[in-house]
Amino acid sequence: MTLSLLFEQLLNGLQLGTMLFLMASGLTLVFGVMGLINLAHGSFYMVGAFVTAWTAGTTGSFWVGLGAGILAAAAVGAVVELLVIRRLYHRQHLDQVLATFALILIFSEGTRWLFGSSPLWLNVPEALSGAVALPGGSRYPVFRLVIIAVGVLVAVALFLLISRTRLGMRIRAGESDREMIGALGIDIAKLYTLVFALGAALAGLAGSMIGALQSVQVGMGEPVLILAFVVIVIGGIGSIKGALIGSLLVGLVDTLGRVFLPSLFKLFMTPAEASGVGAALASMLIYVLMAIILAFKPKGLFAAND
Amino acid sequence: MTRLHKGALDKTPGATPVPMPRIQRETWVNWALLGLLLLAPMIANALGEVYYVNLATRIAIVTMAAVGLNLAIGYGGMISFGHAAFFGLGGYVAGISAFHAFDMTPVLSWPITMPGTDNLLVIWLVAMLSCAVLALVIGAISLRTSGVYFIMITLAFAQMIYYFAVSWPTYGGEDGLPIYLRNQFPGLDTNDPLTFFLICFAALVLALAITARLMQSRFGAALTMARLNETRLATAGIAPYPIRLVAFVISAVITGLAGALFADLNGFVGASMLSWHRSGEIMVIVILGGVGRLYGPLSGAMLFVLMETLLGGLTEYWLLFLGLILLFVVLFARGGVMGLLAGRARHE
Repeated sequence: MTLSLLFEQLLNGLQLGTMLFLMASGLTLVFGVMGLINLAHGSFYMVGAFVTAWTAGTTGSFWVGLGAGILAAAAVGAVVELLVIRRLYHRQHLDQVLATFALILIFSEGTRWLFGSSPLWLNVPEALSGAVALPGGSRYPVFRLVIIAVGVLVAVALFLLISRTRLGMRIRAGESDREMIGALGIDIAKLYTLVFALGAALAGLAGSMIGALQSVQVGMGEPVLILAFVVIVIGGIGSIKGALIGSLLVGLVDTLGRVFLPSLFKLFMTPAEASGVGAALASMLIYVLMAIILAFKPKGLFAAND
Repeated sequence: MTRLHKGALDKTPGATPVPMPRIQRETWVNWALLGLLLLAPMIANALGEVYYVNLATRIAIVTMAAVGLNLAIGYGGMISFGHAAFFGLGGYVAGISAFHAFDMTPVLSWPITMPGTDNLLVIWLVAMLSCAVLALVIGAISLRTSGVYFIMITLAFAQMIYYFAVSWPTYGGEDGLPIYLRNQFPGLDTNDPLTFFLICFAALVLALAITARLMQSRFGAALTMARLNETRLATAGIAPYPIRLVAFVISAVITGLAGALFADLNGFVGASMLSWHRSGEIMVIVILGGVGRLYGPLSGAMLFVLMETLLGGLTEYWLLFLGLILLFVVLFARGGVMGLLAGRARHE
């Protein structure tokens, strides 16, 4: 176990964590403000990735693609909110789950219909394709560091948006008493559309950037969505701070578990057995973490009002 | 609720039972659907159309899985998004047992030697017991929470089992596990499609009967009240948590048995039986049919499997249309198929 490997895996965990935060913050914001559980959040991630890959492939510029991806995700989010989601705010959770599950089917199959089943590829932009040296001698891709930086920037921006701006004040007010802010003359419908589109844009941003690391394909949003659910359950549904801490926790535990559990089992098992058992247990690790946290705190670490 | 109490009072001798026309209509619809499911494969078998016999078997099994989930969602108000875990576990018990019976290797060699078997009765028992244990663990943790937390936690636990199955190499991992020879029921030829259908149909009828009996009992009344008004139930001196947990376990056992049958029908068990799409599918069937109605899952499963077969034959993208239909049902046609066929539900 070298120091450089540890350092590299810590960075990988951090990168997964910041990406999860982009997804989880949108989910938790939508739940906190509108009380809506949205399974289709992963679809915005997929929309962002597909539009970025397609636009970047057409124009040749990653940055144009990135902008288009984020805008497309936000626009799709706003349209979905106007057409479907706003009919669900006063419904039971069961209806919300089913309607957004239906949206997943529509988005996934619709995308497959438009783009086909074979994955699209998105290249890391030229300027960020290098690698930097880490202490210990190994090299780490610049693009992954940029992803971490973007995640941190978004976290800071969200914090400022919510605590320092008028829009943030309305969002906080909407979380604590939606009838009252309606009575104070704030257009709640517009606020809801805005918050929903903001969440979708963040998911689109995550999808666009991860699209440069993995293949862009139908269904790519689903594993991330479920990880984001684990994150917000751990952090406390509705809490941005909880989403941040939960994301980092899940990102680090998942990444480090996958690397170190098999080597741990090699100490007292044959290598073949150890990699099998280790991989199987590592894939369960974050769920075990979730179960342990919920056993002590059924509402998550930083439960918001609810 | 008032009607439930009146129904209980009606049983006293001397009281003239006044049949409710709406309920009677639902009963007629129920019997008609069940009769259709029983007769259609018999006719198909007589005509030599084995494909349709297997299609009916599929409907019966999927219905049973949904009957299990309906007990949790419809009657208990516990929106489990993780029932694929039980469906898949049941399937894997059948698959693993058949795998070892075929290989002549023991399932467990320590602490006790447990040989594989192809006896369905043993397999079902083990499948139901394992599902009960798993449901006890998942339920005990998940039921401490409620609402959205419960939905997400059950989903997450099911994903945990899914990833475990995918990364555990012994039983096929991502490739799944074939069942080369269908498991055997003592005295019957399960390889005959109609016989296997009748076995599944009998299991479904049993599941329906148990659910009906359960919901007429004191336990069922307590479960209903746990859904409608937890505080009121607690005030009556009954703790809601154990009631819910027991219902969750029974629900999982029914779905798990359906999973074991499903694996034998397909001759294959894979991680797809555990995936969250499967959980969503079972839930969709419950909703399409009509939540909290005994025979809702039957009409939902019929509609679902027929759509899958017909639309799936027409277009590769049939899930797109399923999504649109589902969205329409949720937004505008509450009450599902049974709502259309038999009028509004008792309570809404």
